[in-house]
Amino acid sequence: MSLSKEELAALVARDIPAGSYVNLGIGQPTKVADYLKPDSGVVLHTENGMLGMGPAAEGDEIDTDLTNAGKIPVTELPGASYFHHADSFAMMRGGHLDVCVLGAFQVSAGGDLANWHTGAPDAIPAVGGAMDLAIGAKQVLVMMSLFAKDGSSKLVPECTYPLTGLHCVDRVYTDVATFHITPDGVAVAETFGISFDDLAERLDVPLVPLAE
Amino acid sequence: MSLLVADTTDEAVAGIADGSTVLIGGFGMAGMPVDLIDALIRQGATDLTVVSNNAGNGDTGLAALLAKGRVRKMICSFPRQSDSYVFDGLYREGKVELEVVPQGNLAERMRAAGAGIGAFFGPTGVGTPLAEGKETREIDGRTFVLEHPIKGDVALIGAHVADRMGNLVYRKTARNFGPVMATAADTVIAQVSRVVDVGEIDPEVVVTPGIYVDRVVAA
Repeated sequence: MSLSKEELAALVARDIPAGSYVNLGIGQPTKVADYLKPDSGVVLHTENGMLGMGPAAEGDEIDTDLTNAGKIPVTELPGASYFHHADSFAMMRGGHLDVCVLGAFQVSAGGDLANWHTGAPDAIPAVGGAMDLAIGAKQVLVMMSLFAKDGSSKLVPECTYPLTGLHCVDRVYTDVATFHITPDGVAVAETFGISFDDLAERLDVPLVPLAE
Repeated sequence: MSLLVADTTDEAVAGIADGSTVLIGGFGMAGMPVDLIDALIRQGATDLTVVSNNAGNGDTGLAALLAKGRVRKMICSFPRQSDSYVFDGLYREGKVELEVVPQGNLAERMRAAGAGIGAFFGPTGVGTPLAEGKETREIDGRTFVLEHPIKGDVALIGAHVADRMGNLVYRKTARNFGPVMATAADTVIAQVSRVVDVGEIDPEVVVTPGIYVDRVVAA
């Protein structure tokens, strides 16, 4: 069976090392927070100036001065800190964040990421913090469905959508397989409900064995 | 220059010229100086270049300024949101220019302006459409792109408390762009929830020192 969105989020959470400083992108990556173990010591960063972000705020907890990158009201955990935007992005760009998790339209075999713009002529371009995160975090994890609605793979030899960052993706977590982007090529780490051969058949990207 | 503690938001925004570049704080609505923007609408300045993370939410604040046709150009990282219909409509009709800047570059370019940096080489956006036409340089084997400062004629920011010397403290994630914008404009105007006497803010917790701030108003 392929993974549900919840199972995929749990899988990404499993692979985040204890004690990491982590930024979760807007949308599906936000779900990863639900599966981080409370004793993992993972500290969540939000680009709008906070470390130690807690779960979404509910009821009386809602404070319009305390939101996440998606502008959703959140809470603060003990040990939280606030800082301004230039510091928040210096933290990314300076390589201080251990992990970021981002969604994607496409990832190339060389680790290029396309996740901000479809390139459609009528689309209003909006990049937010994606380009800074992609090149800043020590490890960039992408979570996405592997196949688009038309059946084409989003893991591609070269991205056709406008790029977010070059050679920045380390791992790709999808509903049917997880991939490591290595200097030698794309390695399959796990498959879900599909055989390795069937997977290889559907991809235009050569697959290499996973290094031990 | 001494601080103006304005009695009204109209007094606080007086004199903003047509054609100004206005830095507007806030991330979504958090830290957005909505009352100052409303005063700017009444004041009437037009042909503005507005630098802000987003391009307005709903019908208030920056969205209202846009709806009045006062903004010639938006410089922002993320104009498109679920409730950015005012900007979306103007953009599709060709009535407002847009320069999309990666969020970290937006912050750092204003920081550079406030810190007297001529330009800087950064890694963000290399190889992407947002770095097209910009000078690049290899430094220690990595490619960087040249980014220029963004300086404002005016900054409108939201803070939590000011004292009568213009020292500011912020609240939670409403801090966002405020401290950076406060350094990067000729005239810095802060909307706060209250103005206290000198000495009432612990110097250890001041985030924006009063040297950067020209006018404050409680709103």
